Order: sequence, then C-alpha cells, then structure tokens
Amino acid sequence: MSDSPTPRSQITERHSPLHRLHVDAGASFTDFAGWQMPVSYGSDLAEHHAVRRAAGIFDISHMAEISVTGLDAAAFLDYALAGKMSTLSLMQAKYSLLLDERAGIVDDLIVYHNADGEYLVVANAGNHDVAVEELVARAAGFDVTVTDVSDATSLIAVQGPRALEILEATEGLTVLDGQQPFADLKYYWSTGAAFGDGTVFVGRTGYTGEDGFELYVDTASAEQLWRALVAAGEPLGLVPAGLASRDTLRLEAGMPLYGHELGRDVLPVQAGLARVVHFTKEGDFVGRAAAEAGPPEGARVLVGLVSDGRRAGRAGYGVFAGDTAVGEITSGALSPTLEHPIAMAFVDPQYSEPGTVLDLDVRGTRIPATVTALPFYTREKN
Amino acid sequence: MTEKANLKFTAEHEWLDIQGKTATIGITDYAADKLGDVVFVELPKAGSTVQAGRVVGEIESTKSVGELFAPVDGTVLEANSVVVDSPELVNEDPFGKGWMIKVEVADASVFDSAGLLDLDAYTALVGE
Repeated sequence: MSDSPTPRSQITERHSPLHRLHVDAGASFTDFAGWQMPVSYGSDLAEHHAVRRAAGIFDISHMAEISVTGLDAAAFLDYALAGKMSTLSLMQAKYSLLLDERAGIVDDLIVYHNADGEYLVVANAGNHDVAVEELVARAAGFDVTVTDVSDATSLIAVQGPRALEILEATEGLTVLDGQQPFADLKYYWSTGAAFGDGTVFVGRTGYTGEDGFELYVDTASAEQLWRALVAAGEPLGLVPAGLASRDTLRLEAGMPLYGHELGRDVLPVQAGLARVVHFTKEGDFVGRAAAEAGPPEGARVLVGLVSDGRRAGRAGYGVFAGDTAVGEITSGALSPTLEHPIAMAFVDPQYSEPGTVLDLDVRGTRIPATVTALPFYTREKN
Repeated sequence: MTEKANLKFTAEHEWLDIQGKTATIGITDYAADKLGDVVFVELPKAGSTVQAGRVVGEIESTKSVGELFAPVDGTVLEANSVVVDSPELVNEDPFGKGWMIKVEVADASVFDSAGLLDLDAYTALVGE
C-alpha cells in the first residue's frame, strides 16, 4: 500500500467553526486550501447515496463570502464579472466567472442579490485571497464597498430530495415575514430566515445535482443551526457528508471544480461556459476583448467520457486516439450512482463529438471511453 | 482472522499472516480508512511470481488509487476472488475477508530478512 499522508507542516491549517462537531461525529479530515475539512464520516459511498436518495449535510464554511454594497454595486459587478448582475432580481442568484484580462478563469462564483444595492459573492476557498484582491482592485472608480465577510459567515449545505422537508422541519428556522417560503423558492433564488437571535440567508443552490439549499449563517450560530438541521433531518435519512462524496456528486452532475476543469489557462468557452459570459451587455468588463476573440484555433474543449467496467481514469491521465495524445482527464471516478467510470477531460476539438471513442491511459492500460454530453447524471424532477 | 498481535506489517501498510513458508497478505485498517470506500481491486494471478517491493495489484477507492506491493519474493498461491467481486470487504474486514493474496516463499527465513514490523512498531509508525 502506498500512502501519502497529509503534510503536518501546514502552518496555516484552519479549522471550520464546526470542527468539533465533525471530530465528535468520527470524521476523517483532508487538507483543502489550508483548511482541515471533513473528507468523510465513515463511508463516502454511503454519503453519496444518501444525498441522491434522501439528504446530506455538508460543512462548506471554508468557502469565501464577499459582500459588495453601494450605489454602484450592480454596475461594478457587471464590470468585474463575466455575467450581467444588474439584471438580477432581488433575492435571485447567478453562477458567474471572474476573468482576467486574457479571459482566463480566476475563479467561478455564485452571486446573490440579497438586498437593494447589496450582493453576496461566494468564491472558492482556494481562490479566497485572489478573489478579494481582484474585486477590490476592480472597484476603483465605483461607489462600492467590497468587504471580506468570510470569517463571520459559516456555510452549511443541505442537499438531496428531502432537503426541503428537512428545512421546513428544522426547529427555530422560520422564514422572515415578506420573504419567500422555502417551498416556493425556485432554483437559484434565495430567501431570508430567522434562527435564534439572528438571521440565516438561504439559497436554493448547491453542488451535487440534487435539489437542495445552502445556508449562510453567522459563525456564532453555525453549530446550533447544524445541530437543528441534523435533528430534523436524521429521521428523514439525512447524514453528514464530506468532501469525498461532494466531489463524486458534482462530477456526476457535470459541474466543474476549480483547479481541475477551470483555471487561468482555460477560457470559458473551452469549459462549456460560454453561456455564463454575457457578450451583449453594455460597457466593458474584465476579459471581454479576449473572451470575444476566443481561444486559439484547435484549443482543447471539455467533454464527458464514459467507460465500461470499474477501472476509472483519474485527473492527469492521458486521452488517446490510437497512438496520438489528444487530451487529458481533469476529474474521474467510478460513478457511485451510474456504476461505471466517468471522467471529464479536455480533448482536441475534432475528438469532442459525442459518440467518439477514445482510449484512456489508466496507468499503462488502455481503456476505451466514449465522449458523452454533460452532465452524466440528471435528477428526476417532480 | 488471526490475532493482530501475531501479524507482521510493512511500512506500505500491509499485513502478513505467516504460516511456515506461506503468508496471507492484505492491507491494514489504517490504509483502508485512508483510501476511503474501495470500489475496485486488481490482484495478480495464482502461479505468478512476485518480487519484493514491486507493485502486484491495485486498490481503488472512489477518490484515489492505492497499490499493493509484494513484501517478499515468492509465488502467488491464491488471489482472493471474493474481494475482487466485493471490494467493500477491504473496508469492512481488512484483516479477515478483505485479504488479498497468499504468497509462498522459497524458505521461511525469507520473512526474517524482509524487514517486517511487529504490531508495536507498526502502531508507532502510523502514530495511532
């Protein structure tokens, strides 16, 4: 058995405000962008299946929350991000991209329009500092305040077909007067709720391919909220779930992970995210010219690959057409739901048509794989 | 399963249950926990020759790939077909039904010179 233990030398090792609960629940931990986060609470497969069949609760407090407020908040976000945020209705959310001048992807994020002139930008933990720095730098000339509120904010995700029932059954969690009830929230809309002495901001968003909610809560109340959600959810099949299942869930749902499918060397169109770039919006935005010019001729594009058997291609493995290297896997696993290997890969565009049969180099063994449209898994909607 | 105290261990987180010239070999609970849920096991064929330190099999979880090393030179007497069909046994019963291979060495003294660890030394190694 080879095994590479997590380096103990992580000087900046950080713990979630919920760390003690995870330790008590028997979690094993992994380093994620300097944070010690639960990787699983025993069985990552059981956690994966629980989210598909009932529900899972994830601590994703390592993610970065950045508040953008001011008269120019909407105009500023239109300039700073690839999408058009000024058209967001109150309490609506949108997936967006932070691009650099070359249209490389600095981060992918979710923007919530949570009050008049107020937006909450949620960035990846690994891009926390760069996202804050870029937003602050791009704010020059706008009447806007960019504030990193990550330390004060914890983030809990409840995902799965029973997520709605669980939120509705959670003791002490009550939708505020005049706000949308949880049941009426559409995908990528949000609402406000009271919990204890404070408020919780709740988005119908997630990273699993299931129905679900993400709850932004004051760090001081995070532990109490987690306990209340678990108490309401356990009878309905809710289990705590870690980053291992989160990764297989998002992969089945064809959702990109920064550092794997997305990076500075990837233009949105290559990752299938052209729809996120709002080319028709007025005015300039960072990365516009380069995004319009597009990647060089022949640049690789992101595809899904499926194969038979149980042997999965993994991130970094080569993709071949005959003896020619035509791509590289960015994420791959044996799909727990579909029970066959799935992978996302960047391949030369002439090999990106669904149905194309390629070979994966799995540690020296060639395994045939067929290009397929993403996502691999789509939930049945009621 | 044999008492853990009677097993030998390697720094690659494998255990050996040595009976004369034969060793039953598997991976430890520590290794299984680190891997996560095992979903695929590939083992060498019975009759094949293995060399100490060489990779002879693969153990894949949803999130990563582990390798099975031969701890000694020898011949594979048997590979555990049950664990190939039910890889979850590696997590459920790593010291029992989750065993991987039985290897026969030329002479029992091979085990003495293979640098194997006893339980105390292995426990100290993993720091648990």
